[in-house]
Amino acid sequence: MTKKGILFLSLVACMLTLPVALNAQCKQFAKNTCKAGLEPYQHDGNYHAALLIEGEEAELYKTFYSERDYRIGVCGANNLSSIEFKVVDTRNGKVLYDNSLHDFDWKWDFNLESSQQLKIVIKVPVPDGNVDEPEEGCVAIMFGSQDD
Amino acid sequence: MNRNLLLPGRFFLLLFVMLGFILTGCNRGPKSEGDGSGEFEASGTIDAETQEQLNTAKRIFYSLPSPLETAMLIKNAGAEYNEDLMNPTANTSRYITAKSKALNLGIYSTDLSYASLFDQNQATLNYIEAAKKMADGLNILNAIDEETITRLEEQINNRDAIIDIISETLMNSSSFLKENDLEGTASVILVGGWIEGLYIATNLVDENDLEGSKLVERIVDQKLSLDIMVSLLESSPEDPDAQAVLADVKTLKTIFDKITIDQGEVTAVEDPETNVTTLKSESSIEITPEVFIELKTKVIEIRSSYIS
Repeated sequence: MTKKGILFLSLVACMLTLPVALNAQCKQFAKNTCKAGLEPYQHDGNYHAALLIEGEEAELYKTFYSERDYRIGVCGANNLSSIEFKVVDTRNGKVLYDNSLHDFDWKWDFNLESSQQLKIVIKVPVPDGNVDEPEEGCVAIMFGSQDD
Repeated sequence: MNRNLLLPGRFFLLLFVMLGFILTGCNRGPKSEGDGSGEFEASGTIDAETQEQLNTAKRIFYSLPSPLETAMLIKNAGAEYNEDLMNPTANTSRYITAKSKALNLGIYSTDLSYASLFDQNQATLNYIEAAKKMADGLNILNAIDEETITRLEEQINNRDAIIDIISETLMNSSSFLKENDLEGTASVILVGGWIEGLYIATNLVDENDLEGSKLVERIVDQKLSLDIMVSLLESSPEDPDAQAVLADVKTLKTIFDKITIDQGEVTAVEDPETNVTTLKSESSIEITPEVFIELKTKVIEIRSSYIS
């Protein structure tokens, strides 16, 4: 095979394997960092994680049930600033929790008097100063629960 | 000039361009229309063009109750254990298509969780084997491997450890499917698990005594997840299995629409000692025996079509 052929195949291999490798890293991050932090709450087994760029927002919709205690964990990779997140009532947009008012705590513990559908809005903040090339990193949203 | 000397430079330039494309192009979801509430103020000084691109690529997640959470809700509502309501493990050989394997991976995962929460050791071992067959049939690598089964056998008398193992297998399946752009399959698995939970719950309720039943309350609560389920399945329009399951979910939604849930405004109150917040709100539900029977009948019909 020619040198050009080898280089071309290497490039194709990089293109094919890089996203898978990055996603696999994201899973390990979610499992080792975020899931482990849910204790003593029991992780529900759901996996919500993605590579996000500074300045990017994401939303997650979920129903939470009465008479259960919950922990929401929103974890960002080390190369990202502390992730901002808000918990919002989907019916009227009322903000029920904003971690920027709690030193950007990565987790929130709560329970509900009646079951509710809530929206979790997360944002990867942009550091102060000009950002020509925003950082990208894994962000995971995980839930743990236990009997009330 | 020797052209060959330029090759490595060109190669790496091209490589970086392609990597940049991959890194910025992957994992972007559809644009969110949103309602503007709960949005963040602009921060930092990212350039306007980049910010515009980020705004049009907001990632949306829809989270359904996992099979484990479904089983926890059933047990938490005071339900009893009834093995007759579970899909027999002998049925595994029936499932040939990817759709039936995905649905029954969800169904067996709920049965597995249900059995383990009630300390049914032999059933737990049988159902993890059944779930493994479905996962293997879908080529979900390492979701449930031999090491998982061995760990489960070793910890069979430790319920917390078993629940942890089940949670891990669910996460492995979900992450594998999402990493491989099989979101539709992941959704079908969740719907299968959800239907099984609804089947078990509706069959454990005394139809003549709906009033004040915790289990009925949990069944009614599922109405709150229906639009999430519809949105999740609609986000995989290219997946025929997800679309077929969507039709079933929409049929159920027409029945759930006959159930009333009145909810007051939610107020968040934090306990300064524990830092735990309680979301306080008034809520009432209304479901007639006729609607309950209609719902139960439809769930039996759909579940029967999934396990046959």
